[in-house]
Amino acid sequence: MKEEIIIAGFGGQGVLSMGKILAYSGVMQGQEVSWIPSYGPEMRGGTANVTVILSDRKISSPVLQEFDTGIVLNQQSLDKFEESIKPGGTLLYDPNGITRAPRRTDLDIYTIDAAVEAARSGNAKVFNMFVLGAFLKIKPLVTIENVIEGLRHSLPERAHKMIPANEAALRKGMELVKKAE
Amino acid sequence: MAETPIFEIAETDANRVYDRPRLLLDATMHYCPGCSHGTVHKLVAEAIDDLGAEDKAIGITPVGCAAFLYNYIDIDWIQASHGRAPSVATAVKRLCTNKLVFTYQGDGDLAAIGTAEAIHAANRGDNIAIIFINNAIYGMTGGQMAPTTLLGMKTATTPMGRTPELNGYPFKVADMLALLDGVTYVTRQSVNSPANVRRAKKAIKKAFENSINNKGFSFVEIVATCNSGWKLSPVAANRWMEENMHATYPLGDLKDTTSVGAAVEK
Amino acid sequence: MEDIKLMKGNEVLAYAAVRCGADGYFGYPITPQSEVLETLTELRPWETTGMVVLQAESEVASINMVYGGASVGKRVLTSTSSPGLSLMCEGLSYLAGAELPCVVIDVSRGGPGLGTIQASQADYFQVVKGGGHGDYRMPVLAPNSVQEMNDFVDLAFELAFKYLNPAMILADGVIGQMMEKVRLSPQKPRRTEEEIRKECPWAAIGKGAHRKERNIVTSCYIDPETMERHNHKLQAKYERMEREEVRVEEMEVSDAEYILVAYGASSRICAKVVEDARAAGLKVGLIRPITLFPFPSEAIRRAAQHAKGFLSVELSMGQMIEDVRMAVGNAEIPVQHFGRTGGIIHSPREVYEALKQFMTETGGL
Repeated sequence: MKEEIIIAGFGGQGVLSMGKILAYSGVMQGQEVSWIPSYGPEMRGGTANVTVILSDRKISSPVLQEFDTGIVLNQQSLDKFEESIKPGGTLLYDPNGITRAPRRTDLDIYTIDAAVEAARSGNAKVFNMFVLGAFLKIKPLVTIENVIEGLRHSLPERAHKMIPANEAALRKGMELVKKAE
Repeated sequence: MAETPIFEIAETDANRVYDRPRLLLDATMHYCPGCSHGTVHKLVAEAIDDLGAEDKAIGITPVGCAAFLYNYIDIDWIQASHGRAPSVATAVKRLCTNKLVFTYQGDGDLAAIGTAEAIHAANRGDNIAIIFINNAIYGMTGGQMAPTTLLGMKTATTPMGRTPELNGYPFKVADMLALLDGVTYVTRQSVNSPANVRRAKKAIKKAFENSINNKGFSFVEIVATCNSGWKLSPVAANRWMEENMHATYPLGDLKDTTSVGAAVEK
Repeated sequence: MEDIKLMKGNEVLAYAAVRCGADGYFGYPITPQSEVLETLTELRPWETTGMVVLQAESEVASINMVYGGASVGKRVLTSTSSPGLSLMCEGLSYLAGAELPCVVIDVSRGGPGLGTIQASQADYFQVVKGGGHGDYRMPVLAPNSVQEMNDFVDLAFELAFKYLNPAMILADGVIGQMMEKVRLSPQKPRRTEEEIRKECPWAAIGKGAHRKERNIVTSCYIDPETMERHNHKLQAKYERMEREEVRVEEMEVSDAEYILVAYGASSRICAKVVEDARAAGLKVGLIRPITLFPFPSEAIRRAAQHAKGFLSVELSMGQMIEDVRMAVGNAEIPVQHFGRTGGIIHSPREVYEALKQFMTETGGL
């Protein structure tokens, strides 16, 4: 197993932390992982992105030009990364930030209404967990137990009381993910 | 015919009024005759001995005439790069809190290239002592202007005399440091007379005691002569200092909170 | 379960410093390595191991604090990034001249000048060839994983004290900012003053109760004969490093016709290029210098016996390539450079394309 993922959106949407939780879940699952934030000029302008790799084997390059899965949370990220997904790969996006639908026809495309659901839940901070839940429904690379364990390790002690809300959002995201027509 | 001594008295502990300080090594100093460094070195050696601090003294020498101070006093020494002695001393003292840590710096080292390091060590209240020799000129490099050079004073780089328009004003380091909250003791002394030599020694001793006792940052400025740089005889240089230097750099304590401040190990 | 953590390279440097029994860290914030000081102040090692952590007023002050700590035999370190390292170069020269052990970490960014805060590998000349004035060398370790960010701190201290010389870790923004799994080292105790006096009889830590002779730490030798003798003594150390401390990692080199040479982040990218090239049936290998000084010239010379070309892949306009050329020695074998700069990280595909073009031009494809 080897899954190369790009997660991209606005700063503040929890892009980097979602990547970190996913990577930590991989650690809990005994996988090799790497997490590298966008570290190039493109990070200017308020967009953030992170490359996460989960693998059974040692990871050579943490820097990639194409991905198995793209998780995009705003239009700029879709514009930037749609072409970087491998043919036959997966694209997951939140339609709330999207003004132009994806053009690729050779991808498995899914949507998650995370922004609406986060607003409904009254807890904007768990937005990224709806998205992560959706991704794990599509690609069950790590168990939900290991995600919780990952959260325990990556969150500071004082934030542990937030774990149940995160878990609920994760499970809700699994329910809500839809295959795009 | 053999020369007859004028008088001959056997030296004993009872009649000895002066002796070479125990920690001053038997080496010929490289300083020009009349230079204040020799006198201040002697005071440093005496102060360390008086405090029984030979075993725990760590001195930091500068770049400048006093770079070779380590050849003259029998304690451990670290030779620092130009102006950075206060940073070196900061680390030494923080890593060895029970030692006496001091720097010995001239006006080029401390008041020009190393101003930032001196100010920040003072502002942190590091438990170190700085002996600052202010002779208003760069001695080692051949008599160029120092930040502390007096207005009108001729040097190799102010041949017509220092003007404020071109080079600003004599830099009053001690006055500036006395404003900082981290500073415990700031004094300005001179070694132009026996009475002032005694006062200077008392000041150095107090600064060293503060370092040993972790009582904060101490700064002892010594207004000094550089008769070679000033192109004056030793006697004339001493007189010139009294008449000119002491007017711009008046002697005395500028700040002393030694007795009220608590000891704080950093 | 083993104590495996997911951490950023920069954070790991801080943990490793505490755990290897360091006595002091002195540093000044600069992107992309400010997490080192931030993590240290969060860890508060002064409450546990007694390690001193101090934010200095500049890199100039930091390196001179390191000089002070090293002068009294303590295990001290600093970290910075490229412009900060420029300010430290005078201090490094003094440290080398006075034969003081310490660890200096450069998580390099792009230049020249204020340049960019993004990752780069353009400090090779500065770090490997000197930077400061005078004849001196420093062992330079180039980690390419978060695990090595942990392991090399202790290794650098080992080299520093073995040779009484500053030891460098040359990382880059990629390795500093990325997260990977890491197994942190166990906590080592800090040495007592008694142990330091034994291990470092030269340390100017105060004469103490037993030592009669004073210790002087200096790099100043006014007498020309003495200065020259001192330089010969230093040179002998550097030659010993070249004999004993070369570290290199080779991948698919034995039958390779084309060799990529890369260190740090670039070597990770090149590892993928080798995987992809081999999958496509191309005989490509990778030589990854782990020590940049001493440089693994011998491994390159050996490979030059069967290789048709070398591609030095660096996030710079080409600096290490000079050492690669010298090691290859044979002017008939082409040696080329490829690398992006400005904070742009070359992708495996870009390197692969450059390699194929190089092979085409030199008759290998």
